[in-house]
Amino acid sequence: MLRLAATLGAGIVFGIGLVVSQMIDPGKVLAFLDITGKWDPSLALVMAGALAVAIPGFRLAAARKVPVFGGGFDQSRQRSIDGRLLSGAAVFGVGWGLVGFCPGPAIAALAFGRWEALLFVLAMLAGAWLFHLGRRRHAPVSA
Amino acid sequence: MTIEGFTPVSALIGGALIGLAAAMLYAATGRIAGVSGIAGGLLRRSGDAPWRLLFLAGLMVGAALTALVAGAPSIRVETAWPVLVIAGLLVGYGTQLGSGCTSGHGVCGIARFSRRSIAATIVFMAAAALTVFIVRHAVGGA
Repeated sequence: MLRLAATLGAGIVFGIGLVVSQMIDPGKVLAFLDITGKWDPSLALVMAGALAVAIPGFRLAAARKVPVFGGGFDQSRQRSIDGRLLSGAAVFGVGWGLVGFCPGPAIAALAFGRWEALLFVLAMLAGAWLFHLGRRRHAPVSA
Repeated sequence: MTIEGFTPVSALIGGALIGLAAAMLYAATGRIAGVSGIAGGLLRRSGDAPWRLLFLAGLMVGAALTALVAGAPSIRVETAWPVLVIAGLLVGYGTQLGSGCTSGHGVCGIARFSRRSIAATIVFMAAAALTVFIVRHAVGGA
């Protein structure tokens, strides 16, 4: 139960951060990506602020043997920089640059009843589902 | 290139809150605050839907709480609905193929000095910037 409460709490803090930083505003994000136009460097500082807290935060967390509420620390099984990582990042980047929404902000924007966010999120879930459908087709033994 | 609309203070504070949230989730539950991974796990029906749904609900609750205090945020979407659909499909597919997004790779991965995440972030930032350049300056807007 406490584990779930902490999860909700983390989500809430994240959501507050998305609004305060204005990352929930696709216009703000596109203004950062529009390097040759009227450039808004704010997203760079959002990342800097995030890393300034997350780098020491993750180190402190990892110094523990187990997370505060039990379980284990997620470890990525992947080690190499492979084609899937890079092509996936490229595809994601194009999608992000078309509208200025990435997963977190789009979901947070649902709180404001925006139909654009809903449409985007539904399409996002469809795209994710298509990916996993494709994987199941090519690898009948479930992963 | 001109600089416009720069909001350094709110950017740093908001960013720090995002970093804090990621560190909180990791310290408390060992999980990575990568929204595409959290949502993707729901689709894959990995059997642990409760925490995933709670985190995603938290995003909305946090955003709404902030609006109660500071007023509804500006959310500017200026793209036609077909582009929204295409963009969503690409983001959904690409984040699953690439195992992460801005929060998963850009914040959590880089915070852990993951070479994979650093590489992915460089690639998606470049792809996004190139897309904006083409749409805004080469094609003239969508």
